[in-house]
Amino acid sequence: MVKGEVREGRESTGVARVSAALWRRAWLRAALTLSPPLAWFLVIYLASLIVMLVTAFWTVNPFTNNLEHQFTLSNFAALFDAPIPAIIGRTVLIAALVTVTDAIIALPFAYFMARIATPRVRNALFVAVLLPLWASYLARVYAWIIILTKDGTLDWTTQHLGLGSPNIAYTNLAMYIVFSYIWLPFMILPVYGALERIPDSFIEASADLGARNWRTLRSVVLPLALPGVVAGSIFTFSLTLGDYITPLLIGSGSGTNLIGNVIYDNIGLANNLPFAAALAFVPIVIMTVYLLVARALGAFEAM
Amino acid sequence: MEGRATRAALVVWVAGVLVFLFLPITTIVIFAFDRSNVQSWPIRNWTTHWFLVAWEDPAVRSALWLSVKAGVAATILALVLGSAAAFGVHRFRFFGRDAVSLFLVLPIALPGIITGLALRSFFTFDGINLSLVTIIIGHTTFCIVVVYNNVISRLRRTSGSLGEASMDLGAHGLQTFRYVTLPTIATALVSGALLAFGLSFDEVIVTTFTAGAQTTLPIWIFGQIRLGQQLPEVNVVVTVVLALTVVPVALAARLTGGGGMTRSTVQ
Repeated sequence: MVKGEVREGRESTGVARVSAALWRRAWLRAALTLSPPLAWFLVIYLASLIVMLVTAFWTVNPFTNNLEHQFTLSNFAALFDAPIPAIIGRTVLIAALVTVTDAIIALPFAYFMARIATPRVRNALFVAVLLPLWASYLARVYAWIIILTKDGTLDWTTQHLGLGSPNIAYTNLAMYIVFSYIWLPFMILPVYGALERIPDSFIEASADLGARNWRTLRSVVLPLALPGVVAGSIFTFSLTLGDYITPLLIGSGSGTNLIGNVIYDNIGLANNLPFAAALAFVPIVIMTVYLLVARALGAFEAM
Repeated sequence: MEGRATRAALVVWVAGVLVFLFLPITTIVIFAFDRSNVQSWPIRNWTTHWFLVAWEDPAVRSALWLSVKAGVAATILALVLGSAAAFGVHRFRFFGRDAVSLFLVLPIALPGIITGLALRSFFTFDGINLSLVTIIIGHTTFCIVVVYNNVISRLRRTSGSLGEASMDLGAHGLQTFRYVTLPTIATALVSGALLAFGLSFDEVIVTTFTAGAQTTLPIWIFGQIRLGQQLPEVNVVVTVVLALTVVPVALAARLTGGGGMTRSTVQ
């Protein structure tokens, strides 16, 4: 059968000639394969980011509600007006707490996956982390409304245990729990990747040199896991900075506003695209600094 | 190096994390079968009634149909663009090659709201009306990297000499692609397509900014939860969306062994 295919190739000399011409010109093949995806990204994504940057310097006419293409720094100046600095501070604080929490939850889990579990169990755990990673984001946020709400499953459980009802729905604490939950798989996977790469001989060498288990953990395992933690933290941190669904569904308004839902409100109700764009630069700047630090720590190799 | 007590403690930890990961998801599915209009725990009467109600709700139907159209179109575009990018980056050495893979991952590494707002600014600036097309453009932008990750991780694990052998035996480029390259990456393409569709089908953060007045299924869910209306129906629809995002992942994991599925891959 394969023979037949080859003969067909010789007969259709047109195709063969084009194919041969392409084979000789690697740059042409490179250009043909790469230009569609790159064009998409340059023309749509990069252009969009640039337009957003430029929009941040424009204003909205208060009477006509139209965008006015007139250069101004007032949107950036407005970032320093109350309550925006407090909202930025709250968002960064929650993002940092979520990141630390996820790292603490993920480390023992990933350690077990990478160094103790049998290959069979390891694969099962890997899929068990992949499923919630990809499972509907909205469903996972919504689940926590059912759990945390008054007379929800958490209230019922604590009441039956005689602990009273915690009543934490629609608070900053609730948002912290939900964020820690939805981004956890993003932390587990890179930490697992980093731990899996530690050669057994490193740990044996540490023991041979007289280190006890705790010392080996502290001086060998944790430093080598760090790039994985940093890689995971890029996601836990960045995704918290820009999320607006959780504050809108799990938060309660003014006391639980985050950067994300303030941007969202400025697109909808307030119809102030320039201010929204200026505020969007806060997470971008924070993440750029974060990524530069992460790269210096070698996190990109652990992703 | 671990003692027995440490191991036991780790097993308990792992079990606890698994409960934490799966308990909320399970809760949703349980509530979908709750007969009551008012959600309360524990559930007293069980029913599949709400599935029927949701299925016959015209708003849910049209939202579902819109989501399917957007998902299919975005998946097809992402398949073409993502695999082209993967081939290009894998085969050729060129200036800025590392930047390409970093660039492709940006739409899912930066918060979704940035991608959404940037696209919204772009469409506003160009005077493009928000429509199905703008939804598809947004979804394709973040789905490309999913296909890219799957295909490139497969290409890295297959030897380039297979293609060369095919050419040595007289096959031209198209034949080599059809009979050698395509079969080797087929499961990676299927896996990438499943994940891309799942991601698009469930997406709400970017979609809100690019949909205008249109309602995809996640936007319908989001709206109903905010208003606190028709929650029994919401439970059912969320369960269905959950299934439609989980089943493809399970399939994709089987097909590829999980390579390229970590979602965070910067390669």
